Amino acid sequence: MARDGEDPGMAKTPKVKRQRKKKTKENKTRTVHANLLYDHAKGEENPNRHYANNKIKTTKYTVLSFLPKNLFEQFHRFANVYFVFIALLNFVPVVNAFQPELALAPVVFILSVTAIKDLWEDYRRHRSDKEINHMDCLVFSRVERRYVEKYWKEVRVGDFIKLRCNEILPADVLLLSSSDPDRLCHIETATLDGETNLKQRQVVRSFFDLDCDFDPLKYYSIIECEKPNNDLNRFRGYIIHRSGRRDALYKENLLLRGCTIRNTEEAVGIVIYAGHETKAMLNNNGPRYKRSKLERQMNVDVFWCVIILLVMCLFTAVGHGLWMFQYGDKRPVFDVLSPEGTDLSPIMSAIYLFLTMIIVFQVLIPISLFVSIEIVKICQVYFIHQDMELYDEETDSQLQCRALNITEDLGQMQYIFSDKTGTLTENKMVFRRCTVAGVEYSHDANARRLAMYQEMDSEEEECTSHGGTLPRRDSVASHQSARVVLRSQSTKSHRRTGSRAEAKRASILSKHTAFSSPMEKDITPDPQLLDKVNECSSQMEFMRFHSQPTSQLPSDLADIIDFFIALTVCNTVVVSSPNQPRQKVRMRFELKSPVKTIEDFIKRFTPSRLTSGSNSSSSSSLITSRSSNKGCSSMLSSPSAESTLTKLDEEKHHGSLEHAFSPVPPCYDGKAWNIEEGELRYEAESPDEAALVYAARAYKCSLVGRLPDQVTVELPHLGKLSFELLHTLGFDSTRKRMSVVVRHPLTDQITVYTKGADSVIMDLIKPPDTGNSKGKRQKKIVSRTQNYLNLYAADGLRTLCIAKKILSKEQYACWLQRHLEAETAIQGREELLFESALRLETNLQLLGATGIEDRLQDGVPETIASLRQAGLQIWVLTGDKQETAVNIAYACKLLDPEEEILTLNADSQEACALLLEESLHYIQAKFLCNSTDQSTKAFHNNFIPFDIYPSSSPSSSSSHTAPFMVHRLGLVIDGRTLAYALDKTLEDKFLAVARSCRSVLCCRSTPLQKSMVVKLVRNKLKVMTLAIGDGANDVSMIQVADVGVGISGQEGMQAVMASDFALPRFRYLKKLLLVHGHWCYSRLANMILYFFYKNAMFVALIFWYQFYCGFSGSAMIDQWYLIFFNLMFSAFPQLITGTLDKDVSAETLQQLPQLYVNGQNSEEYKPYMFWMNMIDAFYQSLICFFIPYFAYADSDVDLFTWGTPITTLALFTILVHLGIETKTWTWMNWLSISFSIALFFTVALCYNASCPTCYSPSNPYWTMQRLLQDPLFYLLCIITPIAALLPRYFYRACQGTLFPSPVQVGRQLDKLPAETRRNILSLSRVKVGSPLSPKPPFLSLSKPPVTGGNKKDQKSFPSSKTSQGPVLQTDQQGQRRGPTDSERGLSDLYTLVPTEIDTLPYTKDAPQLSEEQQSPQTKDSEGLDKSLETSDLSLSGWITSTPLLTQTDSIQLNLLPDGDAQCVRYTRDSVEKVKPAAQRTEQETGQPLHVTS
Amino acid sequence: MGKVKEKPGPLARRPDNSAFKQQRLPAWSPMLTANTVLPFFYLMALICLLLGVWLLLTVQSTHEIKKDYTDLGTCQLCHEMRKDVSNANKPCSCRVDIPVEKALKGDVFIYYGLRNFHQNLRRYMDSRDDGQMLGRQNKLKDPSTYCMPFRKDKDGRPIAPCGAVANSMFNDTFILKYHGRSGPEVVPLLRTGITWYTDKNVKYRNPKTQENFTLAQEFNGTAKPPFWGKPVYELDEHNPINNGFINEALIVWMREAAFPNFKKLYGVLHRAQKPFINGLPVGNYSVEISYNFPVQYFRGRKEVVLTTLTWFGGQNHFLPIAYLVTSSLIFLMAVGLTVVWWKYGKGGKNMKA
Repeated sequence: MARDGEDPGMAKTPKVKRQRKKKTKENKTRTVHANLLYDHAKGEENPNRHYANNKIKTTKYTVLSFLPKNLFEQFHRFANVYFVFIALLNFVPVVNAFQPELALAPVVFILSVTAIKDLWEDYRRHRSDKEINHMDCLVFSRVERRYVEKYWKEVRVGDFIKLRCNEILPADVLLLSSSDPDRLCHIETATLDGETNLKQRQVVRSFFDLDCDFDPLKYYSIIECEKPNNDLNRFRGYIIHRSGRRDALYKENLLLRGCTIRNTEEAVGIVIYAGHETKAMLNNNGPRYKRSKLERQMNVDVFWCVIILLVMCLFTAVGHGLWMFQYGDKRPVFDVLSPEGTDLSPIMSAIYLFLTMIIVFQVLIPISLFVSIEIVKICQVYFIHQDMELYDEETDSQLQCRALNITEDLGQMQYIFSDKTGTLTENKMVFRRCTVAGVEYSHDANARRLAMYQEMDSEEEECTSHGGTLPRRDSVASHQSARVVLRSQSTKSHRRTGSRAEAKRASILSKHTAFSSPMEKDITPDPQLLDKVNECSSQMEFMRFHSQPTSQLPSDLADIIDFFIALTVCNTVVVSSPNQPRQKVRMRFELKSPVKTIEDFIKRFTPSRLTSGSNSSSSSSLITSRSSNKGCSSMLSSPSAESTLTKLDEEKHHGSLEHAFSPVPPCYDGKAWNIEEGELRYEAESPDEAALVYAARAYKCSLVGRLPDQVTVELPHLGKLSFELLHTLGFDSTRKRMSVVVRHPLTDQITVYTKGADSVIMDLIKPPDTGNSKGKRQKKIVSRTQNYLNLYAADGLRTLCIAKKILSKEQYACWLQRHLEAETAIQGREELLFESALRLETNLQLLGATGIEDRLQDGVPETIASLRQAGLQIWVLTGDKQETAVNIAYACKLLDPEEEILTLNADSQEACALLLEESLHYIQAKFLCNSTDQSTKAFHNNFIPFDIYPSSSPSSSSSHTAPFMVHRLGLVIDGRTLAYALDKTLEDKFLAVARSCRSVLCCRSTPLQKSMVVKLVRNKLKVMTLAIGDGANDVSMIQVADVGVGISGQEGMQAVMASDFALPRFRYLKKLLLVHGHWCYSRLANMILYFFYKNAMFVALIFWYQFYCGFSGSAMIDQWYLIFFNLMFSAFPQLITGTLDKDVSAETLQQLPQLYVNGQNSEEYKPYMFWMNMIDAFYQSLICFFIPYFAYADSDVDLFTWGTPITTLALFTILVHLGIETKTWTWMNWLSISFSIALFFTVALCYNASCPTCYSPSNPYWTMQRLLQDPLFYLLCIITPIAALLPRYFYRACQGTLFPSPVQVGRQLDKLPAETRRNILSLSRVKVGSPLSPKPPFLSLSKPPVTGGNKKDQKSFPSSKTSQGPVLQTDQQGQRRGPTDSERGLSDLYTLVPTEIDTLPYTKDAPQLSEEQQSPQTKDSEGLDKSLETSDLSLSGWITSTPLLTQTDSIQLNLLPDGDAQCVRYTRDSVEKVKPAAQRTEQETGQPLHVTS
Repeated sequence: MGKVKEKPGPLARRPDNSAFKQQRLPAWSPMLTANTVLPFFYLMALICLLLGVWLLLTVQSTHEIKKDYTDLGTCQLCHEMRKDVSNANKPCSCRVDIPVEKALKGDVFIYYGLRNFHQNLRRYMDSRDDGQMLGRQNKLKDPSTYCMPFRKDKDGRPIAPCGAVANSMFNDTFILKYHGRSGPEVVPLLRTGITWYTDKNVKYRNPKTQENFTLAQEFNGTAKPPFWGKPVYELDEHNPINNGFINEALIVWMREAAFPNFKKLYGVLHRAQKPFINGLPVGNYSVEISYNFPVQYFRGRKEVVLTTLTWFGGQNHFLPIAYLVTSSLIFLMAVGLTVVWWKYGKGGKNMKA
């Protein structure tokens, strides 16, 4: 149950200013009066006037404030300030370089583009605000004495509003009246937290008893409550009536803005918080801003650009000074004096020149880079959104990018931290099996049924017409029969006609999203258990008929019936009928309750408290005794304890059971009870609850109605029984259990039913009194149940224990009194209530346990395998218990049966330290020390196919320590040990151990621990982390990680709200990371590098010119070109390439996850690449400068006639350079390049023809026109780009031939004909997927199969004609070329391996085809055994065996409980495979880990 | 609380399955490996080679004669004299002999060349007023501040043309003489038609206020640039239309050279009469120079150049050589790549996966 913990990011948001003023007076609480009383007193008098009204304004700007505010915000970005500074510098006469107005253009352009974007966004917000503000609602008007329609924005705090069914709440409203006879109001909170089930809200207690409609005019109470805060799950306060009586207010009384009223015809409430002070608005934080790794890296290089800029400026300035100096006193005729006519000293001119050069060279700092990156990222986000493969048909949802600026981080992930429930699994709970009173009911038929779903899924993919359907729950017999029967029944079912996906979708689209999948609903009962239930209930009926006390029932049967009652009763499931969606099936039982006794009773019990008002009517006891069944996540939710007492008392007086048995309820509205019971729909907050209720229903023990004070259960033979609900202690994550207190209608006993995690419940079981037989039986039940629990856990089932306890009235009364005190306490209420719950939930009697299967999501094992192949370390952090987690981990291939498992369970800090120490030693002994041994190395090579651990590459930025080997080890650690391990002193050791392991599994971890683990790994290992989760308990983890991914599943929206990306399913992570991440990263990285190159190349041209113009800062490139070159002429192609370029196709990327390493190691953008690009830029600019220079040397060419060709050449060179770097050319690329060139010439021609005097100081009139007539110009245009790009082109060609990067190989794969490629990939997949299977022969693509293959293919592989089919061959050449170590040589063949990563190659599969190569492999496995033996010898500890399932090796580090710190048990087993489970559990010595097979 | 756009149907949010949105646009993805680029390399090498040879042959047909006269022969005296600023207004002339051993056929262009004269200094270049040169009345009387410090003279009169560029105008004059069999003969030079058409007709215009004003009257109230001997309306004594701002020598000068060593067109051989109809015949020539322009302050040199042109400019061997060198480089790389391809790429080693 992943709903423990509350949103940790509950920062108090700043309040509206107006309120802050008020705060001084008002301090901690808010007082709300009814506005009606103050209507006459205009404004000033109204005590509510200080509160924010309901008008919301999410816009940032107003018409007036837009310009200054937007500019102010934009100037937060340093780059903008810099560019503005430069533009302003241009206005200083002595240093100006350009026409000052022109120099402003780029800055203004950039700023205005951003401003327009902001404006547009703001306008959209404004429109949506307006729409929301103008929604209608009914507000009570004093003048008209009725409810009148008003806009939402006119609603004020203290107004009475009337809400009708399906209306959306305009503000946070305190519920004062409801048309519902139970004084309830149902709301749907989907917009708030995404949970689609109905929640019940309750009228404030003092208004329960109103017979007539609530009249606002009679309302004189004053409400005191908390200040506005963003905690959705908390509301405290009290209402003070005119009489002075106070009533507490709970979150059950508050209706939150944004929710929708359901099932309730009318409700009236008073507005408590309005507008921006509503909880919904306070929770509404905008998108988050993160800075990606690439951007951080880029900023370093921007910094380097600044350095280069300064160096260049300084160089020029010094040059100018020297140049001036060489003329001495004699001023040459061309040396112009300063405007004042005075001489400038060389030093002064050098200083001025320095500033001038900063202006001239400003292009080096790419002004458009930041804007371009933003544009490209928006486009990337758009494309990710549009990806069909990330769209989930079942839920009609697609991927959402909530963080717009970290798309490229997706391509650089190194660690994935995943939640289990709901992320790896469906979070669709399916009841699998149970144990009652120590007897296991295996539910084999049920298991078969579940297995069938899987089959059907696969079948239906092929033939959807054949309606694979589910049996109906009542046709028990058919379940035991073959599947044919099921098929034949398919026509009957109207629910499942299409594929499962369709059915699911349909069920989701129908309004009841929660639990409608037939897979969860239709449970095949175990025949044995069913018989017992029948027998039991018939006996009970018999007894009832004969008025015998039911306690005479045989205890096992009693346990069974209790067990099912507990399943049915102990939850918060809401029952509704599907035909009338959200229409509660109502069954009212009239309780005759004399008023007198209540009051007496209350007075007796709580003398200090006031009675519940004067107007107690006959229905008051009923109404006042409503206890909410809400509040799964809240600590406690039953407000009306006193009235429960009253009822108790009343029952005592009457002592009759009759009414409880009223077989048919006298009144229930609307629908007759003839609705088929199977049609009842259960809506639960947690999927487990629903699963259990459905399970009970399968045994005819169905929940038919739930009211705040009673639960109606239909039992076989007995008919409907109504359990009086005395108390509900809601589930919470600290207690890990929930309890209900009911009065059992048959025995009339006050019974506590508790359901919870087995670890908790087992501790609360009453220690059996071994003296009598009953006690012995109890003990047996406990031990057997424990046994089965272990078994369930080993099967990967979620286990819950069911227990009960019978209280005497006195005990209950005693507890109740203290509970009441706790409830009414203002200070520390939570703690008191917690303690109170603890008092109740002790000395329980164990009934049984259930095993619920949380099914894996589709494609999880494949996804995990792919991600792991991609070099990602996957850690699973879950709140589940160890056994469950481990088994799910096996199921999803996170742990491999072949690999060893290190299990860390420690009871204390020291023990934990010791365990970690020993684990480290063990790892070292096993792997590092033996690494010199050839065979061990072979073992690595052969058995670790995935350890392309990023930090193993020496140049990787992430490795701050020596390269770490990732071994074939799994680490399992439980929450308690984790807490110790996360201690400052141990965290390094823990990390050292954990990072050596291939997979890490943290069980029983709290949300806080999850985030601590992520933080630890992120900060200490300096790696990129991704956290993925679906529930509120993952929020903190998601927020801490570099990239947070939320699964938009069933658990609500908190995780999604906190995430950067939201996925519908876990399996989409594969494409998101491997394809989109890779693309985004490589696109952006290449674009950024290109940007740096482009600007450096362009600026260097001017720099070279300084040597020919006395370092005077003149530029041969016209100022217009200089300023618009970046912004316009060369901008579009790179944007297109940055958005659309695909280095490798999506298919290949997914099929060869190894390519992902490219991004992890930042191989597209390494620091040296920046410098390489700079050098290339300088080289190219030299060419572009000097070819025209020499071509025009000694001629009569004038400055701009010479400079314009250079600009043109630079443009061509830059575009062709981009062409070389572009991997895929679509028509967009062609178009953008043509457009760029056309734009340049058009602008140049227009500019040069427009005005002979306008652009002083430069005057390029008619230059371009003349150039176009000059053959020399064209000759230059041919030779210069060729010469400039020759080295790069040559290098690229050589690289592609001699040492292609993995990505290039992937691209080459793309080019192959589809069939060949499929062959190759399927082979490589086999190889990778099952590392231990006989290694597939190494394959060489050198001879692709050409069976009438296409011409193109034959051309590229001239020698291919001779070959037949994929020729798989070992490359002897590679072996020769490789290092002496033959293993290395072999692995080198795998050319996906970049040569740098030689220690840990991608493939450990040595090529082998011939017999002689078979032998090394056998040697390898011998080597493995040998190494294991040696490690055994090195460890002198007890060696016992705890095999986990079928795995061959498991090491369990357990600390003996006797505290002997030196005793570390190494539990290892590689020979004995299976031991009887029971035997081992017997020998357990109290350690929490029981592993069975 | 954003509004969700409602599309009907169960798959309302399903993205479009278009090639663009799914990033499946048909694309050409070239592979840069030896076997794919080799044809391109050989082709480029061939093209560059052919162009290079062609250009080289073309350049070979041109002929250029350069004479540095800064302190050559009799000009030595003038050179010394110009070192003294006080002699600035004293005339000095000298003679330089230029033997022509090979006839210059076709149009012959006479340039003056300056070395080490930085016409491309930023402040120098800016020191002009295009508006004034366009004949705008207001600019004539009130030149732009860009002209500082040559905007107004000491008496406050506006300088026309203003600015450092005009002020530093080259003012040597050449008279080219042919010493043929019939004695010395002045070679006729065209001093007009040496500018860009657009300069003469669009960018430069004389001020015009009244129909009947002479040029001198138009320029009344303006001062000549301080370094000049004559006012702007008397620049060409022989051709009265070629005076004022549209004086072509001035226009040529005002087009600022890109490099510190440059030449500018002085005149074109007027091929109207014998023996110059076909260009300059072989023989002895001399240039009578009125030596006015001082160069010693910036250690400059002056030269006179006689040259013919090709269709792509003057005699410049760089471009053909650049083509040939590039061609050979490409060829070398191509050969290298061929080797690489032969040894490693041919068998498709790079295609292994």
